[in-house]
Amino acid sequence: MNFDYSDDQKFLKSEARKFLEAHAAPKVNRGVLNDAAKAYDADLWRAIAEMGWLGAAIPEAFGGLGLSHVELCAIAEEMGRVVAPVPFASTVYFFAEAVLMAGSEAQKSALLPKVAAGEVIGCFATSEGPGVVSEASLQTRVEKGRLFGVKIPVTDGDIASHAVVLAKEAGAASLFLVDLQADGVKREALKSLDPSRDLAKLSFDGVAAERLGAAGEGFSLMQAVFDRAAVLIAFEQVGGADRALEIAKDYALGRYAFGRVIAGYQAIKHKLADIYVKNELARSNAYYGAWALSSGAAELPIAASAARIAASDAFWFAAKENVQTHGGMGFTWEVDCHLYYRRALQLGLVCGSVKSWKERLVSHLERRNAA
Amino acid sequence: MDFNDTAEEAAFRAEARAWLEANAPKAPLSGKSEAELLVLAKAWQAKKAAARYACITWPEKLGGRGGTPIQQVIFSQEEAKVGAPRGFFDIGLGMCIPTVMAFADDATKARFVGPAVRGEEIWCQLFSEPAAGSDVAGLRTKAERDGDEWVINGQKVWTSGAHYCDFGIVLVRTNPDTAKHKGLTMFWIDMKAKGVTVKPIHQMSGGSNFNEVYFEDVRVKDSQRLGEPGQGWQVALVTLMNERLAVGGATGPNYGELLDVARATPAGEGSALEDQAFREHLADWYVQAEGLKLTRFRSITALSRGQTPGPEASIGKIVSANQLQAMSHEALDVLDQFGLISDPAVAPLEAAFQQSVLWSAGLRIAGGTDEILKNIISERVLGLPGEIRVDKDLAFKDLPTGR
Repeated sequence: MNFDYSDDQKFLKSEARKFLEAHAAPKVNRGVLNDAAKAYDADLWRAIAEMGWLGAAIPEAFGGLGLSHVELCAIAEEMGRVVAPVPFASTVYFFAEAVLMAGSEAQKSALLPKVAAGEVIGCFATSEGPGVVSEASLQTRVEKGRLFGVKIPVTDGDIASHAVVLAKEAGAASLFLVDLQADGVKREALKSLDPSRDLAKLSFDGVAAERLGAAGEGFSLMQAVFDRAAVLIAFEQVGGADRALEIAKDYALGRYAFGRVIAGYQAIKHKLADIYVKNELARSNAYYGAWALSSGAAELPIAASAARIAASDAFWFAAKENVQTHGGMGFTWEVDCHLYYRRALQLGLVCGSVKSWKERLVSHLERRNAA
Repeated sequence: MDFNDTAEEAAFRAEARAWLEANAPKAPLSGKSEAELLVLAKAWQAKKAAARYACITWPEKLGGRGGTPIQQVIFSQEEAKVGAPRGFFDIGLGMCIPTVMAFADDATKARFVGPAVRGEEIWCQLFSEPAAGSDVAGLRTKAERDGDEWVINGQKVWTSGAHYCDFGIVLVRTNPDTAKHKGLTMFWIDMKAKGVTVKPIHQMSGGSNFNEVYFEDVRVKDSQRLGEPGQGWQVALVTLMNERLAVGGATGPNYGELLDVARATPAGEGSALEDQAFREHLADWYVQAEGLKLTRFRSITALSRGQTPGPEASIGKIVSANQLQAMSHEALDVLDQFGLISDPAVAPLEAAFQQSVLWSAGLRIAGGTDEILKNIISERVLGLPGEIRVDKDLAFKDLPTGR
């Protein structure tokens, strides 16, 4: 049994923590949060590219480090701890994974080395309005290699150089690669619940688009990308949830009320114990997702669903109860609680609602139990 | 990350599996009475001991194998697969005998360890009392010195297996004039001694898995004392340190069986499995159950690497007991009025959910209540302050008592 990070992976993780604590303290997040003109922290992005993390799980043949996805999970956990204000998830978990999984050799050769070098910021454009996008609701279309339609919201859409877009061609949904610097792209920044991450509306009016993967496989490819991203995001959520628990604990140990530290009251102790329990369940489910992702296991859809549900629940619970533990101070702009509260919401939605993942999980269990 | 054995672990698993296949009893256990199961379990324990598969981590001279914790885990996994009769010896070998080994003289150890390993004698643990549950150090059963003997009077409760046990370790008050933790002493006792009366507890679930044990002028020799007079709490901590290993998580119907019940229950045009609220709950329980299973794998990984499992192992019972109660309740709700039927001949799954909805209420209390477990997690894992003890500077006899 070897159901944990290896010693090498633990070393990578502790190096990542040291690096991020030095370069991505919450004040870096605030630099983006407090500046409406700033969509991400470009210095941190460059530094992360220099560390090689953008290409951690990209094969060496395409300019990456060629590590396994478990190493990428370890990095993701540390990125989550510091609520890093960079388009890492959009570029690495969604865009690069989509290209790796569905791209032709030519597409991989053209894009992945640039992702690894930090020259491409990617995004994944699926949503078009309220609710889960479906075969029936999908409006964006491709005609004669040109993309028409509107995607809203697109995380990091305002700063991305490239997008993978879900659209219909000849009545069937497929994924398409789009260079966002091309003519016919209109970008409008959107106000986001988590302003430390960029959010945009993208309008396409006859933009050159190149199909990614098989024609008509748009929804199954989108779901496969979501499965991969869900595992990686689960690690960001686990990292954020553990950090939120630490912050709550440290505050409770230093805050006095009624003559003693509030960490001594059972109402607080049991709340923090509840957070701990959820965090551990989420970590275990995330590890299973990491195993399924890195080993190419057929269980990935179930493992990814469980990781996403457990980690979204844990981070949201830890983030909201961290605010509560702080009392009034937790509701102020200057205390960091809201950075985690906002990020918990952002990560809980960016890869699809928890409700939709629960349905996906149960429909898989239903089939498995019938077999 | 993978789920594979190391080469050494695989070799041990193959060896254990081959031995189990050749030696494990083949007769099915379902439908057997407790007395019948006890006979089978004793025979099986003797066979395991002879082949040094009982108490794998103990030294060979004590009847063990001198093996590693991961070997014990592997053997238990394989043993569970063959459905061998187990459970009667967990408290004795997991908690009582380690206490005897730590505190008794050589003659006592020589007398008791072997028969316990071979399943010839079974032990129980007598700590809890009617007025001392979570606050076990508040116990009132007393022992008074009389020459070379002590005389015990009082009552214990929730004693698992007392009705078939041969010996026990009992924690009693020997000095009421000092603070509660300081006036306790531990003894081993013969459960068949004069003055010991065992009465089964009629549980709210209908069954009787636990007992009350009454002590009426029960005389024990001073040589039966484990540790110094007044040091009983320190001795008890050694016993309880092993409790987590001896008391497992909740057992009962799982999410898969709940799914099957819902699928078989009509609702409108389709089945209850199509209900969206039900599906969301089911997803939560799957994720929790998998999370616990995978958390155990993390602990086993630590053992496999020769490390001590981390604090994550502490979440098992609190999660599984609450989940069993919630799932059972949902199953009844799915069945609508039919959920009331607890007749195994009529209710789905032989009324497993009707039984577990009652049983789970006890699981949330046994082996540490939800509330005590949350205190333990917050204090020992997270490092938060302990509870304020208003009784710590008072003599036991001066403590306020309620009902």
